[in-house]
Amino acid sequence: MHTSWRFYLLVAVFGGIVLTAFVAWMSQAYLGYGVTGIRWPVYWGFYITSFVFWIGISHAGTLISAILRLVNAGWRRPVTRCAEVITVFALMIGAMFPIIHLGRPWLAFWLIPYPSERMIWPNLRSPLVWDFFAINTYLTGSVLFLFLPMIPDFAVVRDKSTGLRHRTYRMLALGWRGTPKQWHRLETAMQIMAIAIIPVAVSVHTIVSFDFSMAPVPMWQTTIFGPYFVAGAIFSGIAALLIAMAVLRRFLHLEAYLHPVHFENLGKLLLMMALLWGYFVFNERLVTYYGNEPAEMAVFWRTQRESFAPLYWTMVVCNFVLPLVLMGIRRFRTITGCVIASFGVVIGMWLERFLIIVPSLGHKYLPYSFGIYRPQPVEIIIAGATFAAMVLMYVLFAKVVPIISIWELKAGEHIPAALIPPATEEHPLGELHP
Amino acid sequence: MKAIYGLYVDGQAAQQAVNRLRAAGFADREITVLSPQPMENHDFGQRDKATWMWWIACGGGLVGMATAFGLAWLTETSWPMNVGGLPIFAWWPNLIIIFELTMLGAILATVATLVVSADLGRRSRLYDPEVSDGKILVGVENPPDGALRELETALGAIPEAQVKKI
Repeated sequence: MHTSWRFYLLVAVFGGIVLTAFVAWMSQAYLGYGVTGIRWPVYWGFYITSFVFWIGISHAGTLISAILRLVNAGWRRPVTRCAEVITVFALMIGAMFPIIHLGRPWLAFWLIPYPSERMIWPNLRSPLVWDFFAINTYLTGSVLFLFLPMIPDFAVVRDKSTGLRHRTYRMLALGWRGTPKQWHRLETAMQIMAIAIIPVAVSVHTIVSFDFSMAPVPMWQTTIFGPYFVAGAIFSGIAALLIAMAVLRRFLHLEAYLHPVHFENLGKLLLMMALLWGYFVFNERLVTYYGNEPAEMAVFWRTQRESFAPLYWTMVVCNFVLPLVLMGIRRFRTITGCVIASFGVVIGMWLERFLIIVPSLGHKYLPYSFGIYRPQPVEIIIAGATFAAMVLMYVLFAKVVPIISIWELKAGEHIPAALIPPATEEHPLGELHP
Repeated sequence: MKAIYGLYVDGQAAQQAVNRLRAAGFADREITVLSPQPMENHDFGQRDKATWMWWIACGGGLVGMATAFGLAWLTETSWPMNVGGLPIFAWWPNLIIIFELTMLGAILATVATLVVSADLGRRSRLYDPEVSDGKILVGVENPPDGALRELETALGAIPEAQVKKI
């Protein structure tokens, strides 16, 4: 199969950016944490913003895919793998940030509960240790949830390739033949995984929100943070999925598989999540406003009127106004409209994470703990390069693995009417062949 | 291994072949069917549906839960440390670890059951790469020598069938 020079150029450019970020991180480890702008009292800056952001993006795939699988939504078939890949890579990127954030990253293994010499264990009552367990469970589940339905597709590639490629795919296909027993077991396993992965996905971002809401910091200690973070995560995840699908459709010429109806359906989900996000923000702000607690009101006004106001209102426009207009008005709910709204949401959600972290940490209860945060080049390079890392991994994955599930599409073509549950009747799979 | 099999273009033809093999006296466990996608709308696609996978997943979840409970109990009592006035073994925060490891146990048990019960990783079984092109394979592995002719007739009687011997 011929590979275009554009592929190599893309890999070289994005690989170069990732390499630059790696050098920046090495320099941070060598020179010390002073090269960053993270200092007392703002100990969480771009790195933890990016950590929360990428863990949120990871909710694109496995969660959405699992829900669509469980309700047997026929239109999910070309979408699920594009989505599940985002989850795995976003989790990998997100999980790196707590390590990047460490002054001595080589001691990250202290989080792992192993019997050390003095039997000192990680404190299981700490939200940071909960993160470790939740993210690792979600990552393990997501990798398996992605891998299992790829096995029959690896078998197809195995049968059509030769040499080293054949040997590699033969190994990955695990001897798949396609007996009725194998199909039943695979589908049952996917059902169980889908049921298990949904509460895990919800728990992951709830636990990430606990990193904040368990701390006595103004505007953090609120019970709404769990569902607010989960809603935001799904919101940004759908946006990332729409962007990925549009790019794949355009550059891999997948017009026959990714139809406007897929974008329209996901666009409606994006609209619903924008409304939900707006509802949560309104709740959070109104309760704080009525509480009128001085330290909280100081942070409240810093974000709405003072130094952080430009970022705050940009966030509101990106996360609420833009998707509401573009996805709410049917004539704008096109592929282009979805992509514009999604880019807005991705930017808005990154800003949201930043605005949760920095204004509160820079203005706690007593004046001695007031401070400012100025991100330094090393942080900007590392945080920015994660987007390049995502593109790079996605491009490489799409190069070696069928990005659309071959067998699920075929299964959709042959599904008998009697087996289509009512939930899928509105969008039967015939739409794949207009 | 020796085998005789037919390749069919659709599920209906494959079902006819299976029916003919049954009529010739072959039991379902002796008939191999391979398809490029699940064929649940045909009788042969309903074979081997019963599974203990759900129960094994629940069992895996219980093992994960017990592991988490043991880990929390062991680590918190082996170095008792007062954290914000919480009890040394505090249920509320430990429920989070218990939940995560329960789900992890269920997921790992599911995957292990899939690998074992779906015979993944086993080699040297009847297969033809044309299955990847959309054909459905119906055949018999290690058929009795005296039945070869009868099998060839049964498998080849369906229009557009392609019969092969290995």
